[in-house]
Amino acid sequence: SSHEHKLNFRKSKEACLSYIQDALLQKQWKRAAEFLTCYVESLEKDYSREHIGPSEMIWRIGTEILWHHSQSSMKEFTCFMEQMKTLGVKRYLKVCLEHVFHLLCNGQIDEAYQNLSLAESWRFGEQTAIQDKEMKLIEAYRGLLDYYSWSKQKNILLEHGEDGFSDLAVEQEMHGYFRKAAVNLKEIIKIPGVWDVFVKCYVDLLEFYGDHNEACQVLNEYAYNSKFPANPNAHVYLYQFLKRHGESKKSLISALKILHDIVPSHELMIDFNTMLQKSKKRKKRRLGLEVIFAALDYAGWKENAKAWSCLARQVKQIVTSEKHLDWIKQEWNSRKDWWPAFHFSRYLAKRNWQENKSLSYEKALVAGILLGKDCKYFKYVSHQGCKAQLKRFRMLKKFVNRHNPVYLRISG
Amino acid sequence: RDFNERCAQCSEVNWGLTDGGRFYCRSCHNVTERTREVVNTDFITNSRVQTLSKGLRKQEKNDGGCEWYVCEGFQLILKKQAEALEGLGVCPQMKDEILCNFWRCYLQKSKQAYCKRPAGETVKALSACESSTDVDSDPERPSLLHLLSLSESEGDLQTDCSFASSVSKVSESTSVYSGSVDGSLYLMKNQKEKLRMTMPMTLSFCYMALLWLREPITLSELLRFVVEGHIPYLNVFQHFPEKMKLCGLDLRIFCVESWPVYEEVFNKMHELAAFLDLPRFPDITDSCFLHPDMLCMKYLMEANLPDELHNWTCRVVKKIGIGEVDFLTLTPENKSTRKVKYDVLAAAVIVVVLKLLFLLDDHYEWLLSEFAEERNKNNTEGGPYFEFKKWYEVVKQSLDVEQKKLDEERAKYLWRCEKPLFYSVKNKSKVLKRRQMVVNLQNQFGKLSGSVRRAEKPNPSSFQLSWSEENTDGSCFHGHSLKGVLQEKCGLLTAMNPDYWLCTVKLCNEKLCGHLAHYREVEFPQSYHFVLGLFSFLLRIQPSYIHDEVCMIEHKLFNKKLYKKLKYNTVLRK
Repeated sequence: SSHEHKLNFRKSKEACLSYIQDALLQKQWKRAAEFLTCYVESLEKDYSREHIGPSEMIWRIGTEILWHHSQSSMKEFTCFMEQMKTLGVKRYLKVCLEHVFHLLCNGQIDEAYQNLSLAESWRFGEQTAIQDKEMKLIEAYRGLLDYYSWSKQKNILLEHGEDGFSDLAVEQEMHGYFRKAAVNLKEIIKIPGVWDVFVKCYVDLLEFYGDHNEACQVLNEYAYNSKFPANPNAHVYLYQFLKRHGESKKSLISALKILHDIVPSHELMIDFNTMLQKSKKRKKRRLGLEVIFAALDYAGWKENAKAWSCLARQVKQIVTSEKHLDWIKQEWNSRKDWWPAFHFSRYLAKRNWQENKSLSYEKALVAGILLGKDCKYFKYVSHQGCKAQLKRFRMLKKFVNRHNPVYLRISG
Repeated sequence: RDFNERCAQCSEVNWGLTDGGRFYCRSCHNVTERTREVVNTDFITNSRVQTLSKGLRKQEKNDGGCEWYVCEGFQLILKKQAEALEGLGVCPQMKDEILCNFWRCYLQKSKQAYCKRPAGETVKALSACESSTDVDSDPERPSLLHLLSLSESEGDLQTDCSFASSVSKVSESTSVYSGSVDGSLYLMKNQKEKLRMTMPMTLSFCYMALLWLREPITLSELLRFVVEGHIPYLNVFQHFPEKMKLCGLDLRIFCVESWPVYEEVFNKMHELAAFLDLPRFPDITDSCFLHPDMLCMKYLMEANLPDELHNWTCRVVKKIGIGEVDFLTLTPENKSTRKVKYDVLAAAVIVVVLKLLFLLDDHYEWLLSEFAEERNKNNTEGGPYFEFKKWYEVVKQSLDVEQKKLDEERAKYLWRCEKPLFYSVKNKSKVLKRRQMVVNLQNQFGKLSGSVRRAEKPNPSSFQLSWSEENTDGSCFHGHSLKGVLQEKCGLLTAMNPDYWLCTVKLCNEKLCGHLAHYREVEFPQSYHFVLGLFSFLLRIQPSYIHDEVCMIEHKLFNKKLYKKLKYNTVLRK
């Protein structure tokens, strides 16, 4: 609050806006509405010099309030949106799009579709060209809803197919939706951007109609075209596609490489490591070790028994063959200062043992090799395991004891 | 000439220009209504541009409007304001006699009426010569577009984009679109010579009349009543009669979108008084409301301070002579004397008294307060001793609440009115559409507001803060005793506080930098800032104005000491 006594329209409205902002942040919808009522007369003033004018403010704030206010209905919301559409021609398509999103959130698919169709047919001189991007989005979302309809028809068809009926009408409709959807989806994914949902749907369509080449190309573009923003999901989709179609391990591995670079903690790293471990190529196996170590750097993986079993397996294999111990040394070098406290504390030993014996088994193996048989973790778990007379723990103890010198060489 | 129509009477094409800028047929001397400006076919149709000549007043136009002059508009406004003041209890003499006469005198002196050559003449002269020359060639007269981009400083309406574009079409002519006859001329007048009338000046007129009658309303109160809506100001033009169409440049004159500032109204009033060659105003004596003794009493009550402080304010007033009739009474012809702000002065006196008794250095006053608290514990008879700390807590709490309310009020203020305003016929439909949308949105969100929209304005009251002695929670300090801070010396009660700090050792030259001193919150004790803030809230003015008066008073009070001890530091011993 200011003690500014010279008050004019502009300052008054600025103050009004800040009250609205406070109310919105505190989810006081009634209060926000109260102040917005006072703010709307700004529409009658010229704000052409401002960055964001009152019409945009009112649209955004009004949308928030109407969406959350308990007494506001969808009908009121729609009515408001229609008014907002007339307010600023430069924002017309954006408002349409946001309106559609809200309708979708409210489950009003048909209304959303109608609005999209309407927006698609909008023309306004040079504005049409200026708002080209928004138009593409509108077309894309309509394509998406067409896909949704296609999907529904497809399911009906499959059901009927099971019963032995064939429904020509449904089939025709389905193909119709496919054509409409495909056109628009194809267009949007040409533009650099993050289009996960569009890509997935488009690929689904292509796969259904057997156009694997096109689908593969689309996914490759999406993942590897440098103009597109780095997107882990793009690589995941490509990988999943290749896997579905039984592609070679080589191509599967190359699909996951960049994913490892971008998101070392991704859940697919287990698959990745599994494939790499089994490879005949030395470089790949080396990479596999790097991958699994990198994944286990992340807190979310601490209790993942599968990941630990991957690491354990690979470490065991290396130690047993006595080849490439330097790999382990290299990986361990940057981790030896903090992994012991992060993974192999006595507290964790107790907890892991109590909660998940398999997990503790795998971890103990790794700990025993990396930190030696005298480390806290290994000692506790192997002791408990032997006490409980579990065979594999006895084997574990033997193994680690036998290979203890390795630890000395690694820790070097 | 490019006027090629055939004459209605003789069908010749042989035109000349009258003095009035109208075309006349040289063959048959038929004078047309057409003026040169209108011939320019780029001009928007249905324009109201006309030149004046004496005989055309009060002519009905096609759309039911009539011709009207800007000063007529202001006259109407003044009338409405005077009526409102009458409703508040001001004597009817103000409206019927005083204000009226002031206004007539103004019109006469500024040559808008009641004189031999009304301003209409000059309009004629303008358009005649303008028509043949380029607008920009005359350095005296600002170009139209320049006019439109003016007045960020005036705080008036911003230029409407569409207005600018429609005006560019008429850039060849000077008499521009306005509902009033002389709207454009009004804005183009050289301000220095004739004290052009503005909306804030209407309040200057009112205040001048109130002062003449020595009515018990201070300027800060007047302005507060304006903001609270008891006196028409914002959107008062919506009460103009239907026939007086308001558009174009009229909006610039009559539609203000800022509240008038104390200084502006105050200074203009004095300019006006001098311009009108008014004689010495009626005496302000010590029985007048505006006398510092009276105002101090009022403000002491409102600030919840002990009545006993009044003795002290009177003493200070007497000592520095600001209670003298000659000091207080306004004499317009005497340009050198500093003009008296009665309300600010009284507030400043109280601040000085508080400094005298409590020092207000963020230290001593709290010490004294603790001391008084101790004594209050054993005090069974008589009234309690005044404790600064308690007073501070009580007043601060109320002040914070009121300030918060005020801030919210300001943010919720509605500036627009029902009457749609448009610069030109061209954007009329756009304006109306917008208004409709605004009304729709107001309805829609108003329903979601939950609470009832403030229906009526608060009743006008002279006191913004009130404290009742009946409250048993001890939140009223009027009856408290100052014994805790006073001591007896030689039969006189003096302050226990021996020190005083001056706000400033040297006063600035007010004429050069606008202030006597420059107030910055961080340079002064918090208690002082609080006290300034309290009166700043009550009077709705910046703390620095009160600070100025405080400096002035201090310098008068400690004049001798200052004169002798200029080279010493700021802390003096009394």
